Amino acid sequence: MNIDIIFKIAAIGILVSVVNHVLTRAGREEIAMLTTLTGVVIVLLMVVNLINDLFNNVRSIFRLY
Amino acid sequence: MDIVQIVGVGIVAAILSLIIKQHKPEIAFLISIAAAIFIFFIIADKLPYIVNVFNDIINKTQIDTVFISSLIKIIGVAYITECASQICRDMGENSIASKIELGGKVIIMILGLPILKALTETILQILP
Repeated sequence: MNIDIIFKIAAIGILVSVVNHVLTRAGREEIAMLTTLTGVVIVLLMVVNLINDLFNNVRSIFRLY
Repeated sequence: MDIVQIVGVGIVAAILSLIIKQHKPEIAFLISIAAAIFIFFIIADKLPYIVNVFNDIINKTQIDTVFISSLIKIIGVAYITECASQICRDMGENSIASKIELGGKVIIMILGLPILKALTETILQILP
């Protein structure tokens, strides 16, 4: 469990917002919306993996079966 | 030494989510969730010591071990419930947060029933 996951998520967030601005300037709102969606989905997958690890950890520590 | 790590992670994650909140609030909330989970992992390798000390203390006395195990379960459920409801409140979903807390209370009540039963039995024995 290392810190770079948070930095990776932040980088994806910044990247998606920049790409979004560029695409809206270029007049392609629908593609901008799609890139936002893919960015959020990628970040969501990473966070869901984190939550899965959290629940397994808590279950093993507190013996919640 | 770990407290420095926890504080560092917390502040860095807060700043990062603030940066991203103007453009993409959904990703900002995901950052705060990731930071919360990461901080739990930092303390996760210390919790078993506490649990083991509890078990040793209880084994010395003649108290039944069912109580201590359900107590630890209740602490675990309470932690997860509080974590999830705080995250939902951060996102502005107060109704969902209160429903999560309601569910947590019900589960804790169920876990605590055997303790309640044992307590009433001992009280009835004491009374003439």
